[in-house]
Amino acid sequence: MTKKNNVVEKETIVIKFVGDSGDGMQLTGTLFSDAAAIAGNDLATFPDFPAEVRAPQNTVAGVSGFQVHFGKVKIKTSGDLCDVIVAMNPASLKANLKWAKPAATIIVDADAFEDKAIEKAGYTSNPLKDGSLKKINLIDAPLTTLARESLKDSGMDIKSMDKSKNMVALGIVNYLFNRDLDTTFKLFDKKFKKKPTLAEANKKALQAGYNYADTIEAIKTTYVVPAAKLEKGRYRNITGNVAVAWGLIAAAEKSGRQLFLGSYPITPATEILMELAIHKSLGVKVFQAEDEIAGICSAIGASFSGALAATTTSGPGLSLKSEALGLAVITELPLVVVNVQRGGPSTGLPTKSEQSDLMQALFGRNGEAPLIVIAASSPSDCFYSAYEAAKLSMEHMTPAILLTEGALGLGSELLRIPKMSDMPAIKPPVVAANDKEYQPYKRDDKTLARKWALPGTEGLRHRIGGLEKENISGSVSMNPANHQLMTDLREAKVEKIADFIPKQEIIGDKKGDLLVVGWGSTFGVINMAVQELQTEGVKVSQTHFHYISPFPKNTEELLSKFKKILVCELNAGQLVNYFRMKFPKNTYTQFNKVQGLPFVVSEIKEKIIQTLKEK
Amino acid sequence: MAENLTIERSRVQLTKEDFVSDQMVKWCPGCGAHAILSAVANVFPKIGYRKENFCVISGIGCSSRFPYYVNTYGFHGIHGRAAAISSGVKIANPHLSVWMATGDGDSMAIGGNHFIHTIRRNIDINILLFNNQIYGLTKGQYSPTTPMGSITKTSPQGTIEHPFNPGELVMGAQGTFFARIVDNNVKMMTDVMFEAAKHDGTSIMEVLQNCVIYADKAHEQITSKDLRDDHQLHLKNGEPMVFGKNREKGIRLTDSGLEVVKIGENGITEKDLLVHDQYSQDPGIHLMLAKMNPPNFPVALGVIRSAMFPTYDDMVEEQITYAKANSKIKNMDDLLNSGDTWEIK
Repeated sequence: MTKKNNVVEKETIVIKFVGDSGDGMQLTGTLFSDAAAIAGNDLATFPDFPAEVRAPQNTVAGVSGFQVHFGKVKIKTSGDLCDVIVAMNPASLKANLKWAKPAATIIVDADAFEDKAIEKAGYTSNPLKDGSLKKINLIDAPLTTLARESLKDSGMDIKSMDKSKNMVALGIVNYLFNRDLDTTFKLFDKKFKKKPTLAEANKKALQAGYNYADTIEAIKTTYVVPAAKLEKGRYRNITGNVAVAWGLIAAAEKSGRQLFLGSYPITPATEILMELAIHKSLGVKVFQAEDEIAGICSAIGASFSGALAATTTSGPGLSLKSEALGLAVITELPLVVVNVQRGGPSTGLPTKSEQSDLMQALFGRNGEAPLIVIAASSPSDCFYSAYEAAKLSMEHMTPAILLTEGALGLGSELLRIPKMSDMPAIKPPVVAANDKEYQPYKRDDKTLARKWALPGTEGLRHRIGGLEKENISGSVSMNPANHQLMTDLREAKVEKIADFIPKQEIIGDKKGDLLVVGWGSTFGVINMAVQELQTEGVKVSQTHFHYISPFPKNTEELLSKFKKILVCELNAGQLVNYFRMKFPKNTYTQFNKVQGLPFVVSEIKEKIIQTLKEK
Repeated sequence: MAENLTIERSRVQLTKEDFVSDQMVKWCPGCGAHAILSAVANVFPKIGYRKENFCVISGIGCSSRFPYYVNTYGFHGIHGRAAAISSGVKIANPHLSVWMATGDGDSMAIGGNHFIHTIRRNIDINILLFNNQIYGLTKGQYSPTTPMGSITKTSPQGTIEHPFNPGELVMGAQGTFFARIVDNNVKMMTDVMFEAAKHDGTSIMEVLQNCVIYADKAHEQITSKDLRDDHQLHLKNGEPMVFGKNREKGIRLTDSGLEVVKIGENGITEKDLLVHDQYSQDPGIHLMLAKMNPPNFPVALGVIRSAMFPTYDDMVEEQITYAKANSKIKNMDDLLNSGDTWEIK
């Protein structure tokens, strides 16, 4: 191997693989991130793909991408601007150039820059030749030619050979980051266990890319990103959707309840349903219902039967489940509803991320129908959030909505694998047979939860349902005073949960001029902005909400210690307006973005500085 | 069947009183629902399961107040969703005998989707479809089973919709059990309910029920004393299809379908009549029977179809049993540590 000219150490790198939706960008990105994880980096990933399965070739609308942010430090987001972009065709370059850092390295398949494809992408001239990429470190490699050459003796047809061009690109990237190819080779062997010829072809293509990079002069500098100093333990990479599925299975195991999922496929939540369908060996019962309504109603039935019942969906699906959610509220049964939020309203932006279902989660039902609302803040946090939603829902006998987001569900990060023995106990209030004291709406003093009497148990026959019930006895009651009492009790029961959850915490000073508030997926990006400003000497604190219904007990007091409160959300201002309603004494400023895209660190920083300057 | 999913039987002989609830029954006097309730209370002890293993689920409407009036585990759901709720109850706990009370509005209109898909899956649920051809609880609007031309609160000039025949829907959805009964024949109702309980899979029992207030005598052509002998065919498995005041008429299968014949005329004897085979896998004749209507035909009553097919709930258990026996992943710790993991020291 030739000597490398210049090796530079980097703390973190953001790389994005982009191409046509059939170019295998998701696979390429996954292979790269798996290898980075094995090399000891911390990382976060984010796939970005069109709503169509195979959108028109060589068009900007058909671009599929996979972004990896990896480093030797704690990685909190999937990254804003890219250090490296791998673009397989003109359209993907056009769509992603705006995400390149000023001195980024861009690797393109020069073979794909034919006149027709250039024109289809919307360019008027060839961007590789018209000087528009002058400031960029451009590596225009003939990826397709290299793939064909490396596989000319393989007996494969041209079309199959061309499919390996993504691996040629990955070879170049591996060279760029001084990565050992062996790790990726092993990943090929595992991934293509049943197709060894494909594994060999990919190895050849990968090696060809690596060798090419080693010989050309375009790569003057290569990089190393050392292993991160992560907490000791066993790790794995996990997407938020898989993490939700696993959190639910874990909660079922810990509570001794069977897990039942009633669900209907919907982007971007479907992976939870698919993941749970795999785990029958853990006793998981998955019911793919005929619609969203049957999804939640079957789950309510299963909950009545004594299962830890869940239903998973995305925004429009939650709308369809609204009536049944009210039924779960009035029957006071445990139920976990996972909403992987996407861009709305209506079908909206199915594959993009948004936080615009908070108000729907809090209030989207007829009548006074309070329930638990929890928001997950990262892919690995989805595991703990699902576990906690199940725990609170069962122990407090009330439905819980877990809000995640498309970016969390499909994005991944490292999960430090917990031991089940270390997970908190879950003790649902299941009634023993022949309990003479049992009455359907008799409540626990501390939680106000009623008890869970399971069909089949001797001596506990009872009827519940959607009609208002008399407190304690559970008989149907239209009594005005009883309805007031039951309405108050259902509200108080949810509020009581604040006695059982941790207090809201602040990152930074406990009082001051400005508190930056977020919830959900924005934790990482807000945290980076706040920490960078704190390092620069700016007085600013952060708090991030996980529990939204109920809020932690100290919420009002904590907010009141700041002159200004800046609430950043990927919606038109839902948490901020809920604050204005619940805690009207404070002054709130809001920062909102509804583009189907995450915040970037720089825009949060700018907004913080601007807010501090304003009188 | 993968596991013995027999529902636990009662060690003592239960009686009707074991299933009477302490709630006041609030149906109108003369409503056909009273008779259905009576038949259910009769049949549950006869079926013989532990009383705790019965579970009665409903949707919304007059019919759906049913769970409050039976002393079992009960769940009063929301409009149209009883089949979905029942599915969850049964799949989560296959050791329960799940009964569902629903009406023609609840299951033919707002809950039509759940109704057909539950049938298609063949989940072991016993569904009592109270068909009174009207929305009663909302006070008299036409339903999907109201005969065309009927004058109701929402069809002052007569309905202009073609009604559903629930039997056709059931067959179309690949139903494995369909029976039809009338609310003024408690004996037959009890017998049919017993058959439904024995059947593994979704059992649909259409009860031609009279609403005295909003659609009184809707089934008069079938149930009235004068007409019932000529307009009711009581099906019995393995027996020829005979009906009429003097059992002088029968049903014969011809190349062009079913026809009504007179025994003794043109040399026709009982031997020429169609013999009922409720267990036939092929639903062809069952569909023809379900579609028969006065004045040209009698209405077929009793168990029209009871065919054996695998049930969804059994297959769920089978797959779980298989997976448990064959997977390396036995618990959550196994799952968390499966696949690509690495140690940071």
